[in-house]
Amino acid sequence: MIATGISGEGAALMVKAKDVRGRSLWVDAWHRLLRNRAAVVSIVILGVIALMAVFAPFLSQYGYSDTDYGAISCAPSWWNDPGVCNAGGTHWFGTDNVGRDLFVRILYGARVSLSVGLAATLVSLMIGVAYGATAGYVGGRIDAVMMRFVDVLYSLPFIFFVIILMVAFHRNFYLLFVAIGAVEWLTMARIVRGQALSIKEREYIEAARAAGVGTWGIIRRHVIPNLLGPVIVYVTLTIPAVILAESFLSFLGLGIQEPLTSWGVLIADGKEQMESYPWMLIFPCAFMAVTLFCFNFIGDGLRDALDPKDR
Amino acid sequence: MASYALRRVLGAIPTLFIIITLAFFMMRLAPGGPFDSQRHLPPEIERNVAAAYDLDKPLYEQYFLYLDHLAHGDLGPSYKIKDFTVGQLIAAGFPVSAKLGLSAIFLALVFGIGLGVTAALYQNRMSDHAIMSVAMFGITIPNFVTAPLLTLLFGVYGLHFFGLDLSLPVAGWNGGALRNMILPVTVLALPQIAIIARLVRGSMVEVLHSNYVRTARAKGMPSHVIVTRHALRVALLPLVSYLGPAVAQLVTGSLIIEQIFQLPGIGRYFVIAAIDRDYTLVMGAMIFYAALIILFNLMADILYGVLDPRVSYNT
Repeated sequence: MIATGISGEGAALMVKAKDVRGRSLWVDAWHRLLRNRAAVVSIVILGVIALMAVFAPFLSQYGYSDTDYGAISCAPSWWNDPGVCNAGGTHWFGTDNVGRDLFVRILYGARVSLSVGLAATLVSLMIGVAYGATAGYVGGRIDAVMMRFVDVLYSLPFIFFVIILMVAFHRNFYLLFVAIGAVEWLTMARIVRGQALSIKEREYIEAARAAGVGTWGIIRRHVIPNLLGPVIVYVTLTIPAVILAESFLSFLGLGIQEPLTSWGVLIADGKEQMESYPWMLIFPCAFMAVTLFCFNFIGDGLRDALDPKDR
Repeated sequence: MASYALRRVLGAIPTLFIIITLAFFMMRLAPGGPFDSQRHLPPEIERNVAAAYDLDKPLYEQYFLYLDHLAHGDLGPSYKIKDFTVGQLIAAGFPVSAKLGLSAIFLALVFGIGLGVTAALYQNRMSDHAIMSVAMFGITIPNFVTAPLLTLLFGVYGLHFFGLDLSLPVAGWNGGALRNMILPVTVLALPQIAIIARLVRGSMVEVLHSNYVRTARAKGMPSHVIVTRHALRVALLPLVSYLGPAVAQLVTGSLIIEQIFQLPGIGRYFVIAAIDRDYTLVMGAMIFYAALIILFNLMADILYGVLDPRVSYNT
């Protein structure tokens, strides 16, 4: 009697289980991320900025290096304009001291900042994951030597090397990616190594091995998904750090060269003009601040979403 | 303990050596030299100038010469700032940079600890959320954004109370007058305040939930005694190990701050010297900074061991 009851319940459960689809770690994390309001708002804002940066040429009648001689150092069109501006067209954010449209220049700055951010982060991701995973998997003396090397690099004042590098190689745009990426991979390598070390010893790896899963299968199905969480979180936090580093260099006059621009350049230029033309400082600062905020909120949101301890 | 300190000091030597070597060759492999100019000098004069600074010798020979001078404590003459040695320039700039940095650290500690402890005591309440949001702001916004914005606000638009002009100077050192220090020190301290507040809040929350604090409460200790005598001492320990990174960040920050506010510190020399190919000055500033950062990391580690008896150096 009892036995049949259980089997009946069990059968019901089995039927139910067929209807409920298994949720992977990622679907779970995605749902948790969507519940984080700050992260969602950040994703939307960042998406808008990125789209505007991509479609910058179509959003305004002005090019990023076009000078509007009738509107030099002009206030934004909606601002109570104290100067005399021959308003031929609308400059939403005003113009700079040679009459270039600030709105367009900020969007082109966003292109540079975001692409440097992504590319340099990619560089750091590749170096860091390869290095860290190797050290973690191989272990032993090789691991010790490799991590000792990272420790030594950590204690170098890197920003100085990047400055020298940028000066030495004539402010090469592509070198900027490499230089900043080369600085940022250290922490990535440490994180990946730590993860690899701990994952290697877990029971589920042992179980998978006992069940006859091949090495590649274990790496693909078990190691990488578990390693990826902290890495993704760190990536979203690396991008703003890279944008900062690029702007820092550009601010010092060592990054992007005219007529191309980046937020660091715009802020540096705006600083020179702020006493008479504050909008040249305020708009680039606002864009940069909002972007950095968004990345940080997304990073925090992802950390909460991917941290299994929270469940 | 002493042997640990000795080992760490000895360990710092190869690091410094790598820094010197890397910086030397990177600087020299860059095209252009300190004595290139728009005006072409007669070749014999160019040769004489190069010979006077040993720049005509092979690179490796120059490298060993530099190491030799360095071992004797001689950083060489500046190639661009006439009649000054690098040692003199660093000695002139250091008091300014040090005063800036120390004031910023002091400010950051006072406000950071105060805010962090407040946030921890009111965990998950309004004041906690408010402080942590402001801290997020401080960490996110870089100092080359805050510096011009604060200058615009307090320097250009100024503060006017009842006809009194309380505007702050937008630049200049003025012998280290307080008025001139306020803006640069504030800008330099802001991110540190935020980081310290986060650190202190985190460790304070942990400590407040620990057993011995509960015991103290159970004994009926007044809560201000629990906070200051029992909790704070332990909660502030992580700050000690933050000392090293903090100094490194202040150094990087001072590169920007000294340029924005036109302060005669060491940081201002570095970028100009790198662009001008002033080899010795770049090297000198770099070695000085690197030694400073290594020194503070070392001090932090040793201090941590002195303060926290759980740390042992016998590994």
